[in-house]
Amino acid sequence: SCPKQKQHPEQKRKNAPGPAFLSHLPVTGHPDYIFPLVLTSATQELFCCRADVDVTGDEPHKLLRKEDILRDMKNRAAVSDFSPLKQAVLDYPEEELLLVFDQDFTYGQSFYLVLTAGAKEDILRPPPGMEEEEEEGDELLEVQKTPEPKPWLSLGSEREIQEESVTDTRPRVYKVSRVRRQFGAPVCFWDHSAGAMRGSYVECPSYQDKSFSLWRMEKENSVQAIPNTKSSSSQTLWKYPRNMCTQYEPRELEDEEKERLLQSADLKNFLNSVSARFELAIQQNEIMDVFLDDWRALGDEENVLGGKVDTHLKEYQSFTHTHYSTNKTISCLSWHPTVNGVIAVAVTENLSFEERINNSTRLLLNPSLILFWSFSDPINPQLLLECPDDIFCFEFCPSNPNIIAGGCMNGQVALWDISAHVDRLQGARGGGAARTSNADDTRDIAPPTVRYCAVSGVESGHRAPITDIQWLPETFEVSRTGTPLENKTLISVQIVTCAPDCCVMFWDLRAPRTVVNALTDTKPKPEEKTVENPYGVPSTFKHLDLTWKPLFRVHTHTHFSHSHSPSPTPPDKSVTVGDRPEPPDYGQLHLPSAKHQRQTDDISTKFYVGTEDGEVVYTDWKLEKDNDSGQLFSPKPTHCFRVHDCLVNTVSRSPFYLDIILTVGGWNFAIWKEGVMTGPLVLSACSQKRCSAGAWSLTRPGVMYIGKEDGNLEVWDLLEKTHEPSQIQSVTTFPITCIKPWTVSLKQQLLAVSDHQGTLHILQVPWMLRHPAANELSVSRYFEKEVEHLVYFEKRTEMREREKKQVEAEEQRRRMVRSSFSWWASLLDNICPKNICAGRN
Amino acid sequence: MLEETLKRIQAHKGVIGTIVVNAEGIPIRTTLDSSTTVQYAGLLHQLTMKARSTVRDIDPQNDLTFLRIRSKKHEIMVAPDKEYLLIVIQNPSE
Repeated sequence: SCPKQKQHPEQKRKNAPGPAFLSHLPVTGHPDYIFPLVLTSATQELFCCRADVDVTGDEPHKLLRKEDILRDMKNRAAVSDFSPLKQAVLDYPEEELLLVFDQDFTYGQSFYLVLTAGAKEDILRPPPGMEEEEEEGDELLEVQKTPEPKPWLSLGSEREIQEESVTDTRPRVYKVSRVRRQFGAPVCFWDHSAGAMRGSYVECPSYQDKSFSLWRMEKENSVQAIPNTKSSSSQTLWKYPRNMCTQYEPRELEDEEKERLLQSADLKNFLNSVSARFELAIQQNEIMDVFLDDWRALGDEENVLGGKVDTHLKEYQSFTHTHYSTNKTISCLSWHPTVNGVIAVAVTENLSFEERINNSTRLLLNPSLILFWSFSDPINPQLLLECPDDIFCFEFCPSNPNIIAGGCMNGQVALWDISAHVDRLQGARGGGAARTSNADDTRDIAPPTVRYCAVSGVESGHRAPITDIQWLPETFEVSRTGTPLENKTLISVQIVTCAPDCCVMFWDLRAPRTVVNALTDTKPKPEEKTVENPYGVPSTFKHLDLTWKPLFRVHTHTHFSHSHSPSPTPPDKSVTVGDRPEPPDYGQLHLPSAKHQRQTDDISTKFYVGTEDGEVVYTDWKLEKDNDSGQLFSPKPTHCFRVHDCLVNTVSRSPFYLDIILTVGGWNFAIWKEGVMTGPLVLSACSQKRCSAGAWSLTRPGVMYIGKEDGNLEVWDLLEKTHEPSQIQSVTTFPITCIKPWTVSLKQQLLAVSDHQGTLHILQVPWMLRHPAANELSVSRYFEKEVEHLVYFEKRTEMREREKKQVEAEEQRRRMVRSSFSWWASLLDNICPKNICAGRN
Repeated sequence: MLEETLKRIQAHKGVIGTIVVNAEGIPIRTTLDSSTTVQYAGLLHQLTMKARSTVRDIDPQNDLTFLRIRSKKHEIMVAPDKEYLLIVIQNPSE
């Protein structure tokens, strides 16, 4: 608000409370010190108190100077708005008067002037009590007493204010002044020597105050002794390492130089003088090797210090199951070729034919099984394979151990694919520590059962139980006529089976050609997709299931019981085992046309078969063509030996010599050499108990294991004695049904022996029986000797024949001579009686 | 004459090879292949020098006449001279 214009003091009133009190007075009435007045717009502009511009409802107070009001009154005399207040303004003691803009027209006019100083003060600075009452509003008090001014009550606040304020406590002592013109002027400093004028400074040196001195009488100190150290340094010339290389070649003399030296006399003399020593030394070495340690070379490497040499087969583990294998017999067992510590056994019922027929309904409900045992779990089998009927023999495929082929009692061949469960088998082997963590849940779960994924057709198979099944090695395969062909895929795809129905059948795993042409190869037919797979069987051999026919059959007139695998490839055709191809999808393999395959001539197609009657038959499987009818027929067996008295249960090739075969049957066993057709090389004496199983040792060429009917295991060592076993050990009380050795590692060899009562025993082969002796290769010499013996024997028979003939001829002649002589003698007797002879005297 | 001597030595039972070496270790005449010869000549020459110096250190009046090295597989015989060296390798256990 512009402070220039002021209101006339006449307008002011006497002491009066603030406008709040006045609100309750009647509108027309007003206290004495308040004088409502109207200000024209000209006056408003003159005094800068225009309504709603300079003064508003929020700021209604305006202070006007007394002189301004008086001047205005002089200027405009009666016209001035302040004229009725002339006297009041003149009487006003102070310089300024308060003009209040009355917006609410409480006194009837838009402005009013406060005529007394006290009222002005009250209005401008209303006391706190009145302020609160103001805020409460109009409805509050009816009657208000005007408060009386009271003497000020000191509550101590002025003391605080005094303390806070900064005042001089004493008069100022020093006053430094300076001439004004020197403010900001440059100053010049110069040095002043402190010692020059004694009085120009005051010293305050430090001194030792006795009252404050403390002597430490005891002090803890620690001392450590260190070795003498000496640091020294020197500046060296730093050379960085560099690669250096030198190329050199030996010095050699020129040829002329050599010739010259060789001709020189010096050399001749030297050699002459020196050669004597050499002769001496060389001859010494020839006579005897003085450094040879005979003692060390005498014994073998075994470290048996005293005591008996241990040749006992220790029992390692035995497997039997209360549910699956009691009252059943194990007909065949096989070690898993790749997974260590897993062994499979085929469990069959222990019933005769009549009993089988009687219990056929019960047997149908309990399917026969092949159990997979693992060393890590002797109580529960790891895997069960479901068979269509009792299995008498089964084998793992050599190129793909997930495929198993088995021959059933009803003449069918069954195939299993366990690729889905290989992890379980491998995991089971891989340590019991991992298994104990979740041992509870794995033990409770029953082992998974895998159903056979393909089975041969019932009519096209054998008519008698299949007694032996073998996989052909992956190096060759066989065509429809039996001709061996080159196998380009290098996987085993063919199986040979034999049965007492006089048939040896060859089976192929691949889809036959005619069937393939009918179906489309690439996309499966919609009908195939709808075929359900209720047993969850892998469809590896779907193309064979129930339609599988043998490739061809070899029919002879003898009842077969066992056969063995055909001879493997000759050694010059090596097969790289390292990069074996992935097991193929067998459904995609097709039988190749025989034209495209190369015939391999170096595979022998002859094989040995053992029969039910104890004969050993050597025959050829290649079918021959009959020239007359053009039909293919099997040739007659070349040789047939009647050696055993009972069923031949084992025909096995030696793992060391390709042409040595062991046959076990009846009460004895025989060793044959392929090519020697006069008879067995070795024929053991008949023992008291029947021999029920046999196997060659895997590491010693002259050792074989024979299992007996009374549960004894005989160890025969051909180098030790051939008339009786070198060792007999009792393994079980039931007849032994199958023996298979297996090399686990260099230090461990196990022998799996299964018995008639369903228990599988694993025995550990002791060092003596698995470590070949130093002269083990002399076993071959032994066999050669036997061959010579046979040859000699044959020759001797012939010789004997001839001799016999000679003797008979001689005898005949003599008889004739004698008879004629006696005739003459009788004639002489008649003619010349005795007296003639006696008449001499 | 030279040939006959060498042939006679070579013809003994078990002798694998014969080498004639000069004073510097360079082979003059050999029955083995060149790389083996060079190796034998160089190594045995140094060994013979060492053996000779050992003997003479112990007794200066003494001298090395014959050196035989017996190993697991062979025996190496070395006869030193002022100017030449004759090396014979024999397999005694044959």
